[in-house]
Amino acid sequence: MSEERKAGDTILEVKDISLSFGGVKAITDVSFDIKQGEVRAIIGPNGAGKSSMLNVISGFYHPQKGEVWFDGKKRGPMKPYQVARQGVSRTFQNIALFKGMSTLDNLMTGRITQMNTNIFWQAIWKGPAEREEIAHRERVEHIIDFLGIQAIRKTPVGRLPYGMQKRVELGRALAAEAKLLLLDEPMAGMNLEEKEDMSRFILDVNDEFGTTVTLIEHDIGVVMDLSDRIVVLDYGCKLADGTPDVVRNDQAVIDAYLGVSHDK
Amino acid sequence: MANTPDTFPKILIENATKFADKAAIREKDFGIWQTWSWSMMRDEIFALANGMAAMGFKRGDKIAIVGRNRPRLYWSMCAAQCLGGIPVPVYQDSVADEIQYVLEHSEVRFVIAEDQEQVDKMLEIFDRCPNMEQIIYDDFRGLGDYDKGNLTNFVDVQKQGRQYAKENPDYLLQEINKGTGADVGIFLYTSGTTGKPKGVVMTNDNIIITCRNSIEFDKLTADEDIVSYLPMAWVGDHIFSYGQAYLTGFCVNCPESEETVASDLREIGPTYYFAPPRVFENILTSVTIRMQDASKTKQKMFNYFMGVAKKVGVAKLDGKPVSGKENFLYWLGNILVYAPLKNTMGFSRIRLAYTAGEAIGPEIFDFFRSLGINIKQLYGQTEAAVFITMQPDGEIYADTVGVPAIGVEVKVNDDGEVIYRGPGVFHSYYKNEASTRETKNDEGWVLTGDAGYFAENGHLKIIDRAKDVGKYNDGSMFAPKYIENKLKFYPDIKEVVAIGDQKDYCTAFINIDLEAVGNWAERNNVPYASYQELAGDERVYKMIQDSIEQVNKDLSTDTLMSNSQINRFLILHKELDPDDGELTRTGKVRRRIVNEKYEVLINALYDGSKDCYINTEVAFEDGRKGSIEATLKIVDVKTYPPAVALKEAS
Repeated sequence: MSEERKAGDTILEVKDISLSFGGVKAITDVSFDIKQGEVRAIIGPNGAGKSSMLNVISGFYHPQKGEVWFDGKKRGPMKPYQVARQGVSRTFQNIALFKGMSTLDNLMTGRITQMNTNIFWQAIWKGPAEREEIAHRERVEHIIDFLGIQAIRKTPVGRLPYGMQKRVELGRALAAEAKLLLLDEPMAGMNLEEKEDMSRFILDVNDEFGTTVTLIEHDIGVVMDLSDRIVVLDYGCKLADGTPDVVRNDQAVIDAYLGVSHDK
Repeated sequence: MANTPDTFPKILIENATKFADKAAIREKDFGIWQTWSWSMMRDEIFALANGMAAMGFKRGDKIAIVGRNRPRLYWSMCAAQCLGGIPVPVYQDSVADEIQYVLEHSEVRFVIAEDQEQVDKMLEIFDRCPNMEQIIYDDFRGLGDYDKGNLTNFVDVQKQGRQYAKENPDYLLQEINKGTGADVGIFLYTSGTTGKPKGVVMTNDNIIITCRNSIEFDKLTADEDIVSYLPMAWVGDHIFSYGQAYLTGFCVNCPESEETVASDLREIGPTYYFAPPRVFENILTSVTIRMQDASKTKQKMFNYFMGVAKKVGVAKLDGKPVSGKENFLYWLGNILVYAPLKNTMGFSRIRLAYTAGEAIGPEIFDFFRSLGINIKQLYGQTEAAVFITMQPDGEIYADTVGVPAIGVEVKVNDDGEVIYRGPGVFHSYYKNEASTRETKNDEGWVLTGDAGYFAENGHLKIIDRAKDVGKYNDGSMFAPKYIENKLKFYPDIKEVVAIGDQKDYCTAFINIDLEAVGNWAERNNVPYASYQELAGDERVYKMIQDSIEQVNKDLSTDTLMSNSQINRFLILHKELDPDDGELTRTGKVRRRIVNEKYEVLINALYDGSKDCYINTEVAFEDGRKGSIEATLKIVDVKTYPPAVALKEAS
């Protein structure tokens, strides 16, 4: 069904990005684009520069060279929270939730970029601040319903199993009402059933909210099933870019994943 | 009584004026209890009924209802009845093939499905059910890019209905007025302990008169609150959450999701509650586990006051006199233990609780009664619209199921089988004349299939399923359920299958309770990776063996049952599961299937071997198959001479 989904305009484009840490080149001259409403996967072997790429997009890293275009505008140097305000939200490879807080509170933190009342109103509470809180809570309740996590609404996140924490993290990213959702290995460490659930959620998010999704994932089966287009990185360079079928049959990709004999 | 409404739509119209703004149904959604009053509910139901009429739903058509307890699904029952149609609720956790049988057999034209999961199942069997035409879905999530040819959103049906009502303002009322008490009101499929499910045809009178009588018996009022969480396909839910709710006007509360039932129960604090014995067992197990984790002081306090409750609570509930000191201790215990405990269980406001479906262990029964929870047993069947016998206040015994319900005659026939006749007796089995005649005779007496007798106090005592009661080789009686229930009281034991018919002695298969035993393992540093590994652990075997010996000691004092002491047992390598056909969807053991499937193990239990190898096929939730193999230990248990019993009797 991924073929039928139509891709719209380009929402984000990276042009000739190069990123290095001291002498280590993490990314070398990589360019690709992400179109409105698609599921875009970034894959590659360990150390290929996938997470670095995601960090560039979300504003954590600033590349030495290259440009990031978001929503038709070139992006200058930005802090991560500014990127988040623009409508890019993400999850992390190693869950970054507030472990001592409940699921509900964690999701509410996802709404912070949308909260406008100042410290004065917050202190008085009655009136605008309260109304705002209720509006945001309603939004969060819809996400709780969407992800089917009603039963853990009041449970401290630290007590939840890993798969559930991943789901809460997705919820927090959704709460930010992002235009572009970046998922860093959303299915790492999950069992088959949890993976199936998570895949379902990603497709549903994409379907129902029209959110553009970019994900990094190692499970090739999942990637091939979920994504519309895939970009393959290896040693910081782009190896291939295209639909799952194109990528699957690309010789360079096969070599990178399966290895080539040296005597060729 | 000429004007008493005789169908549910007519009752709805009456309630919508009588209780206009009173809460009729609630559902927790988006974290808040959403409430519909009786008049709002009428409008919703009428919109739906009109919409269904617009879609071509006619008198006599059937609509299948698949999903968990949700207001909209309850509404669809009444909406179908408005048009003279017949709702057919289906067990929502059944796999597609099981549902297919019911849908094909009942010839449903319409289906109302809760969500994507159920819609997927319906689409899978769509082509195999020639009568199926329309699927209405409640939750649209994930259905965005489905082919909408025969899929319609619930709200769109209602929208269509409101339009239809403008064009045909009198149609619905005319249809409602055409309905009579003698019309078929609902098909309820039995869970099928012995084979394919049978469609029990119920008339409106069956349900309405039975509900009226039971309301009178236990003096239910419009102020009750219940939480409906049991499958809608089960006759009990139809009576409690639909029939009695309409007839008294009380409020039905639908939980937010299956996982939140416990916390929703606590929030609502029902006054009237129904649960099969298994649920009460589970509650007791979790209380026991949590007390084991509690501090020493708390444990001491709990044990002391539970002792007080055991002596005083039941007597107080039955209105018997207790001494001043006992009264004081019970009062203190209530402050320190009972009230907080009841609050955690969600039973603070409970006025009346029923349990039925299977016999409940007397210890479990007394535990709840001693806390002041008025839990009663009732004996019923789908074919009777639940009520056959009930326990009147003040005459509650753990080992009997009570006196005949109002309007019901109960007898024991010459074969020792319990038979009954009354207003709730079913019309027929759908498209199964032979079974109908086998079960119900011309005078309206119905065979229950249960063996029982009336005790001296006039209360009915059920021994077992008549089919299950057998004989040992020496001719003495073997009643498996009796033995199993005694064992199931132990929190570590979840399920038992006793074997003994046409054998020399009694043996048993045990399923351990993963939660309880797992908790024990954690506290005692016993490592395990799976159910199978834990079940095979020597220390677990030892624990179970101790429990069985305790039961044997108990049985040895019972003149009738002293022969039924368990000689040998084994712990099964997997939990008995409805997906594998070993249990019914309501959780009863299908003995025939278990006996066939584990024949090797049964033979090993009687040939003296110390262990036995078995390979079992299992079905996973998504329908895939796999297999588990294991070598199971078989353990001999100490039995006790029945001499003690003889001495006591003389």
